[in-house]
Amino acid sequence: MTINAYITEESISGSDSGQLSDATIAIKDNISTKGVRTTCGSEMLADYVPPYDATVISRLKQAGATISGKTNMDEFGMGTTTETSAFGPTKNPHDHSRVPGGSSGGSAAAVANGDVEYALGSDTGGSVRCPAAFCGVVGLKPTYGLVSRYGLIAYANSLEQIGPITATVEKAAKLLEAIAGKDEHDATTRSLPIPAYTDAIGQDISDLTIGVVTELIEGVDEDVKDVFEAKCNELAARGATVTDISIPALEYAVPAYYVIAMSEASSNLARFDGVRYGISGGYDGDWNDAFAKSRDAGFGDEVKRRILLGTYALSAGYHEKYYEQAQSARSHIRNSFDNAFDDVDILASPTMPTTPFKLGESLSDPLKMYLADVNTVGANLANIPAISVPAGTANDLPVGIQFMGPAFEEKTLFKVASATA
Amino acid sequence: MSESPVTAEEVQHIADLARVNLSDDEIEEFCDQFQDILEYFESLDDVPETDQERELTNVMRPDEVGTSLSQEEALQNAPDKEDGYFKGPPVS
Repeated sequence: MTINAYITEESISGSDSGQLSDATIAIKDNISTKGVRTTCGSEMLADYVPPYDATVISRLKQAGATISGKTNMDEFGMGTTTETSAFGPTKNPHDHSRVPGGSSGGSAAAVANGDVEYALGSDTGGSVRCPAAFCGVVGLKPTYGLVSRYGLIAYANSLEQIGPITATVEKAAKLLEAIAGKDEHDATTRSLPIPAYTDAIGQDISDLTIGVVTELIEGVDEDVKDVFEAKCNELAARGATVTDISIPALEYAVPAYYVIAMSEASSNLARFDGVRYGISGGYDGDWNDAFAKSRDAGFGDEVKRRILLGTYALSAGYHEKYYEQAQSARSHIRNSFDNAFDDVDILASPTMPTTPFKLGESLSDPLKMYLADVNTVGANLANIPAISVPAGTANDLPVGIQFMGPAFEEKTLFKVASATA
Repeated sequence: MSESPVTAEEVQHIADLARVNLSDDEIEEFCDQFQDILEYFESLDDVPETDQERELTNVMRPDEVGTSLSQEEALQNAPDKEDGYFKGPPVS
């Protein structure tokens, strides 16, 4: 009856004391743990043992936390269901015939299953929030630059952040306090004081205006919409002002996300050539032959697809049409979010347009799978924080509500999230 | 460019650029999928002209020698090594 949440189950102890000394934390397997295998869910790294800890891991050890192991994920973070993992899919604890979401499905499932109360995932286009929503737990994507990416094996480095996946909003705040903050090893982290996020828990929300993004309701299943709207009514009853808001630029979010993510992936995964780590391509022919063989052996279908499409989007003759247009779309989206936050404090939407899919249902149509990210990719493109909180169930399956806030306003997100739970 | 179907030759060319071997089945599958996906990306053609001005801060600093991985640590995951070097295939 195993749900296959872990790729490597191995306990790693932290220091004797600290604010997380009573915490056991599951770690997504794309975060480097010194001396403990880190696979990114890929054959390419099936035997890779990092010689150093990611900064978030060093900070967790310093805070006294115990690590329970490395969790299952879509290969290199590429997927929405954890089915592209080379180590088999993870089952949703709420319904073993369904996916836990992805790409941080193992982390979310470990929390939902009660194995641990804390986990770390990574979110490039929704990979913390989607599994949090599908598994009925809390998941936060921090503002880009809040949490160090040093030691996070890169998929799309202008989009991704490591974030907490936890049983409660308060635990997410506690975990974020331990990992957030400037890191000299990651030049994209910001020198900003880290607030006591846990202070925001339980605060009164009657001073908040929440904007429901109309474009992110359109394609949502009716039963999910009902749960979302009921939650919004509850928040209004607790004193928040809930209003509709339109952000037309979001029509470009999914194509812009995929062009940028795939382009960055094609560059970030070029390092996997079987020489310094990975599966060797042997010595028949020259390095082009050897690398091509190594990468064919090491990468699954979805990874190959994204590397090729990214290569295409960046290649001579197509660079302007795809990559540069996507960057324009990204600026357009970022500006639109900035303008929206002039009118409201927080934006809200359902996290996912559906309840969790059946295992195997989505594998034959990659484009259909990409469209499921419609509600989550905007926050990555705009580099703003976003959190998914359990909102209820539809047909006994978890539904998540997503809140997005201005950059570095995680405290406001925790305030509204704690009022929702 | 995506009005015409994505050909096997194009897929093979991209695979060569990316240094990834593909089987004939994979090439065929990707031809169809890429057609759909690239057509979908065409929607980016309509993005309005956007002001991309962003305030950036230069965070560069002079190099400082610090601690680093030992040679042994750096080599520990290599499939092949010799005399303290990574060993790999010949350059083209």
